[in-house]
Amino acid sequence: MTDGATYEAKPDSYYGRPILKAPVWTWEIPVYFFFGGMAGAAAPFAAVAEMRGDRALAGRAWLVALTGVGVSPLLLISDLGRPERFHHMLRVLKPTSPMNIGSWILSASGTIIALATARSVLGWFPRLGRVAPAVAVLGPALSTYTGVLVADTAVPAWHEARHELPWVFAAGSAMSAGAAVALTGGGAPARRLALAGAAGELAATTLMERRLGPLGEPYHQGTAGHFARASKALIVAGAAVMARAGRRRSGATAGAALLLAGALATRWSVYKAGFQSAADPKYVVEPQKAGR
Amino acid sequence: MSERVGFFTDTSVCIGCKACEVACKEWNGLPTDDVGYTGHSYDNTGALGAATWRHVAFVEQNRDSSTRWLMSSDVCKHCTSAPCLEVCPTGALFRTEFDTVVVQADVCNGCGYCVPACPFGVIDKSEEDGRAFKCTLCYDRLKDGMTPACAQACPTESIQFGPLGELRERASERLEVLQVAGERSARLYGEDPDDGMGGLGSIFLLLDEPEVYGLPPDPKSTTRDLDSMWRAAARAGAALLGAVVVASLGGRR
Repeated sequence: MTDGATYEAKPDSYYGRPILKAPVWTWEIPVYFFFGGMAGAAAPFAAVAEMRGDRALAGRAWLVALTGVGVSPLLLISDLGRPERFHHMLRVLKPTSPMNIGSWILSASGTIIALATARSVLGWFPRLGRVAPAVAVLGPALSTYTGVLVADTAVPAWHEARHELPWVFAAGSAMSAGAAVALTGGGAPARRLALAGAAGELAATTLMERRLGPLGEPYHQGTAGHFARASKALIVAGAAVMARAGRRRSGATAGAALLLAGALATRWSVYKAGFQSAADPKYVVEPQKAGR
Repeated sequence: MSERVGFFTDTSVCIGCKACEVACKEWNGLPTDDVGYTGHSYDNTGALGAATWRHVAFVEQNRDSSTRWLMSSDVCKHCTSAPCLEVCPTGALFRTEFDTVVVQADVCNGCGYCVPACPFGVIDKSEEDGRAFKCTLCYDRLKDGMTPACAQACPTESIQFGPLGELRERASERLEVLQVAGERSARLYGEDPDDGMGGLGSIFLLLDEPEVYGLPPDPKSTTRDLDSMWRAAARAGAALLGAVVVASLGGRR
């Protein structure tokens, strides 16, 4: 190297190998995002129905919330490398760890939802008192903290979407809670929630992909791209059916099924986009060199 | 609390012997890697992982008819602002009295959050064991006043161990020597306490851009954005609650 020139062999990466490790989370995690989110939106919906004196709707919504929040810990524990140590999640209270905070949110909301459902459906715990204030905080927290959970990583497609992911998950939660309650005969309030969620989710994912720019590439390619496109198609179709034929039982059922599938597909697309983003070093190197 | 210690890896004298990899595995009782031919020069370990806490990178660069080899022993950075430690939900990852970052194996429940949190791709979850593992900077040896196994084994003093302040000075001096000798692409990595990670506990002297060695050029600790992320979640949560209330008003049929 006497002439001052520089060597330029394989620039920008070490044999094209990933800089980041791929996430080790398995299928349970995106499925949990779906169920936990649904429970987080269904619970305040149930509490409002209870306050308005609609006991039938409240009972249906509490059961949807209980289903979501009941399946959630099973999914999460099953994903652990040491499932028997699940309770280690609650040995500390750690604000810098969204997963730790989420474990507390899930534990607290699960307890309240179980008690409120038992009161609403079975008449147990008559002296439980008002659950609405707690549910108004814990429910939305359960639906949106998962956006912070994935965004607080080094994975570019997740971290750079940190301002949009909580909105994607909030809207998807409203959509799936509304759809699930509509599926059980929830009527107009459930359909309105599902439609509002559907509009919100389409808006939030579109905004997220636009703001990510080149880092949003994984959301358009490979498995993540397939699921992102499928979710949009399912949501548009489901919303159309729900809006036009939702008053009929068959229409509500078909619309709800499409919307639930759409919500799940969005979660899967976000999950897969993280893997694709971590696998290619260019998503790490280029924005860091550009000072993003 | 003892003085903060760390590594200074001077890649300009690394000869790629992998004594560090072997010494690390020996001392820490780590299982063998799936050793095979990667096709990437003499690199047969590929990357850091749950059972690979030192990894020697071999970069072959060709220009005209000449070739140069860059070799560098990579390791956990023991970051000042360590995302793995910050996101760990159980408190299994902790900061020791030597200001290093270590996993407590009896606490870790294998949630895997630390894995995508690390901007260097260091820590990984063991498939067989289920828990997360990485370099401990030989915590057990430090407690007995010993040098970490990799630094002890390094025959060229490419891997140096000591108090971090001292290592930073040594690194700057070495950089100056190389620059005076005409090695203009030499640079330090991780020595700046004002960088996105608050400085690293493992600093490097590199002879090319960091990404050439598989290192991120300018990583930032993601937890620095945690406040804005929680605010976004709170706003989205409030909107969700609003949607629930509005949807509940009006007709029921």
